[in-house]
Amino acid sequence: MNKLIPSILLVIFGMILHIAAFAQEKPEMADVMRSNGKIYVVVAVCLTILIGLFIYVFLLDRKISRLEKGKD
Amino acid sequence: MEVPRLFILNETIRNLYFHVCMWFGMMILFGTSFVYSIKYLRGFGLRNDIFAHNFAAVGSFFGILGYATGTIWANYTWVSDQSQSLGSILKEPKLIGAAIALLIYGAYFVLRGSFTDMDKKARISAVYNIFAFAMLFPSIWIIPRLVGSLHPGAPGSDSGNPALNFKDVDSRLRMIFYPAIIGWTLLGVWIATLKIRLQLIKDKSLLNE
Repeated sequence: MNKLIPSILLVIFGMILHIAAFAQEKPEMADVMRSNGKIYVVVAVCLTILIGLFIYVFLLDRKISRLEKGKD
Repeated sequence: MEVPRLFILNETIRNLYFHVCMWFGMMILFGTSFVYSIKYLRGFGLRNDIFAHNFAAVGSFFGILGYATGTIWANYTWVSDQSQSLGSILKEPKLIGAAIALLIYGAYFVLRGSFTDMDKKARISAVYNIFAFAMLFPSIWIIPRLVGSLHPGAPGSDSGNPALNFKDVDSRLRMIFYPAIIGWTLLGVWIATLKIRLQLIKDKSLLNE
């Protein structure tokens, strides 16, 4: 009887491990981007647009300053 | 804001306010450019050519941003699907069509840059701009919908027409989506007018007609 309990525990433990292994069998790559309902994809898209617009406006700003300097 | 809970898309449905608005803004800016090209050809005022050029420039920039955001979005939604690999995404008619449209507009700037004579440049690029606008809608809307694509709105996807059909966009999304289109477009128009004003000051000597 005393030897039976550890073996039952072992089987249960094995089953839990098995379930855990199954849960992790799904190939989920690029974990940061896919976590929290892929919200970081939205962040990346938003940042792309903002950085793009900032660069574009910055270049425009430089053009205007050059024109201002040329006038003086 | 609460958004519809969808499989695969998950929270990325919020990209509707960014990615889709970029393309809408691009179409509106290209449309404005097209109108100014026609106005140029009616009266040959150099002012209209400057307007057409700068609206097309900001429009292409919005297109590039729309393309870049689309690649990010597709990378985390289309690739994860079991049957989809990178190879099948590269065959996407919508991506190819959008790339063709942007390249046609890229050729518009190449064409403009290759002329030294002001009037010839303005006249030929105005005619080319009308052609480019005529190619825009077939390549980004019509062809992808004829041949089927992963992108929403194509036959084979069950999403119907997500852009304009009132039944296919959730009302919670629409509440932000339409103001977002107006807002992004106005931002584009503002940048375009800044560029136009700069150009008008530069070409002051040529313009006093």
